[in-house]
Amino acid sequence: MELRLENLTKIFTNKTGTDTTAVDDLSITIDSGTLVGLLGPSGCGKSTTLFMIAGLLKPTRGKIFFGEDDVTKLAPEKRGIGLVFQNYALYPHMTVYKNIMFPLENMDVPRDEAIQRVKEMADLVGIGTMLDRKPAQLSGGQQQRVAIARALVKKPRVLLLDEPLSNLDARLRLQMREEIKRIQRETGITTVFVTHDQEEAMSISDKMVVLNFGVEQQYSAPQEMYNTPANLFVAKFLGNPPINSFEADVKDGAVIFNDQKFMQFKEVKDGSYIIGIRPEHFRVAEKDSKDKIKVDIKEIFHVGRDTMIHFELNGQNIRALVDSDSVGDNDKSVELTCKRKRLYVFDKDTGKVINHG
Amino acid sequence: MASLIKNIKSSFRKMTTSIKTFFWDMRRAFNARKKKIGAYLDKKNLNLATKFPGWARALIYLSPALIVLSVFTFWPIINSFRLMLYEGYNMSNNTITGYTIFGNFIKVINDESFLFAASHTEGTAVMNTLIIVFISVPVSIFLSLFISVALNGIKPLKGFFQTIYFLPYVTNTIAIGLVIAYMFKADGGLVNELFGLGKFSWVEQGAEYWRSMFVLIFYATWGTLAFKIMVFLTSIQGIDKQYYQAAAIDATPRRRIFSRITVPLISPMIFYILVTSVIGAFKIYNQIVALFGVTGRPAGANYTMQSIVMYIYQYIDGGGNNLSIAAAGSLILFGIILVLTLVQMQASKKRVHY
Repeated sequence: MELRLENLTKIFTNKTGTDTTAVDDLSITIDSGTLVGLLGPSGCGKSTTLFMIAGLLKPTRGKIFFGEDDVTKLAPEKRGIGLVFQNYALYPHMTVYKNIMFPLENMDVPRDEAIQRVKEMADLVGIGTMLDRKPAQLSGGQQQRVAIARALVKKPRVLLLDEPLSNLDARLRLQMREEIKRIQRETGITTVFVTHDQEEAMSISDKMVVLNFGVEQQYSAPQEMYNTPANLFVAKFLGNPPINSFEADVKDGAVIFNDQKFMQFKEVKDGSYIIGIRPEHFRVAEKDSKDKIKVDIKEIFHVGRDTMIHFELNGQNIRALVDSDSVGDNDKSVELTCKRKRLYVFDKDTGKVINHG
Repeated sequence: MASLIKNIKSSFRKMTTSIKTFFWDMRRAFNARKKKIGAYLDKKNLNLATKFPGWARALIYLSPALIVLSVFTFWPIINSFRLMLYEGYNMSNNTITGYTIFGNFIKVINDESFLFAASHTEGTAVMNTLIIVFISVPVSIFLSLFISVALNGIKPLKGFFQTIYFLPYVTNTIAIGLVIAYMFKADGGLVNELFGLGKFSWVEQGAEYWRSMFVLIFYATWGTLAFKIMVFLTSIQGIDKQYYQAAAIDATPRRRIFSRITVPLISPMIFYILVTSVIGAFKIYNQIVALFGVTGRPAGANYTMQSIVMYIYQYIDGGGNNLSIAAAGSLILFGIILVLTLVQMQASKKRVHY
């Protein structure tokens, strides 16, 4: 089921009459059978978008299509969606079996088939042996599985997950991440996944949407977004440790670092820009390398197979993650370089990237 | 004008400041005194915390409540057991003619106005009370559940309606009874006027047993609705909204949301209300007096609307020589309530989800 949002806008009006635009003119198309992550800082409108797709919130403007059907005005129960809530919202007084059975009770399904479907779904999510337990007797990860089973048992057209992993501890989170991906692949259901954790979104999504203040920043595959961010916000939001961003002048197409010419970008006009380089994209320059910059090492940290170097560029503290063999403990300075396409030049006012596409 | 307001404001501020300072100083003086007393007690080796063992300290702290409860609750309970064992008790000279174990119970049970009526066909204290309990309690619980769900559902005028439904709780029972009696008056009463029943007698001369009973149950139900609605409404408002959102997405009809989500989630409260209102209904007294007077008998009626508590009162009233019968009656009431509560607790084990 292809899911299409057209100019989706949600404006909340509070008691004093002030308008807040939670989602601003969002238009994206989610291909059938893919898992799309809605990513952004808290308050960016990602959950609002999800609830509008679910039908729990009414959009102020815009349309939502499931395939060819316009569902914008349809009540939530008629949309055929499965929703997994952040805190799962399992009915505490029902057993796991009854929780999963509940959506089927409201549908026109023969009893034998319903029982069959509950069992199949419980086995799929790996809780087949716990059907008699109450939610309070389950761990967080197991509750999560029940919630997914309950959402999937009615064979929805679209599966929606609202920050499904935020209530789990770090180890379970990794495990459930893979589980969700596996379940989604096995069922082939179009899935929308809301999270504020960029690492989570990158690891699980086929494609992801980054939102900020309700505005779509970029919509592409995770690795593509990481390597070619559309703007400074996306570049800063993705990646850990975060990207280095600092001001630099461009003269005759060359970026100036510490009063030295570093790299030529013919398409960039002279002026002042924000430069972004990810720490791991720095590497120690070979002797014959053309574009390199000599920097004074301020501090040096060894983190396993990598070494983190702190230094200054244009008065800004910069971190570089380089191979631990390439720099010695007593080195006072080092010559660094990076790949051409891994140096991003952003417009100072709009934050848009200039040297890519 | 502006300066006047400014003056008032500043003097008001000064006043509040001085009041706050006063309380601050009071607290300091109190704390200093407390320290001093503590030091003195320590010196004299009288400190509660070190001098007495734990159980003795607990007893000292509990003593105010224990004394009051002993005088007004425990002693009367023991006394009613004692009275129940006496035969021919005379309060004026405090003499008895003998002891009995079941004698007073047999007297009460054989009493025509207590359990089985002999001459008249309707109305004994126990039958009346049971009818009131088994009709008014379920009806009021169902009604209050529906009303609180409805109140929770509406947005405009929510506070207004909540106040309306809560009014009976803060209104005097006897006053409500008089209003109800007036509403059900045969001649020009609101109910007869509204439904065009002419001079239909509800609680007055010529009213049949079931008409009087209907009005009484109506009154008992309505009067106890307020508290139940308040309890149910607050517990419904405490339910996580996400359960309802989840149910909405699963296309759950309203009826099933009510029976499968709302009711189970507030079941502890429903059980609490059930137990307390069964006990409350068994103790019905005020409402009957308000409608039918202290005799519990509508004018010219050949039946009685008396409840068990009224029956007991009647024997306390009679010069004090029938206290043994009143005691036996109250122990029977105690027994009925105890058994019913135990049955409810047993039956609720599977249906109440804590």
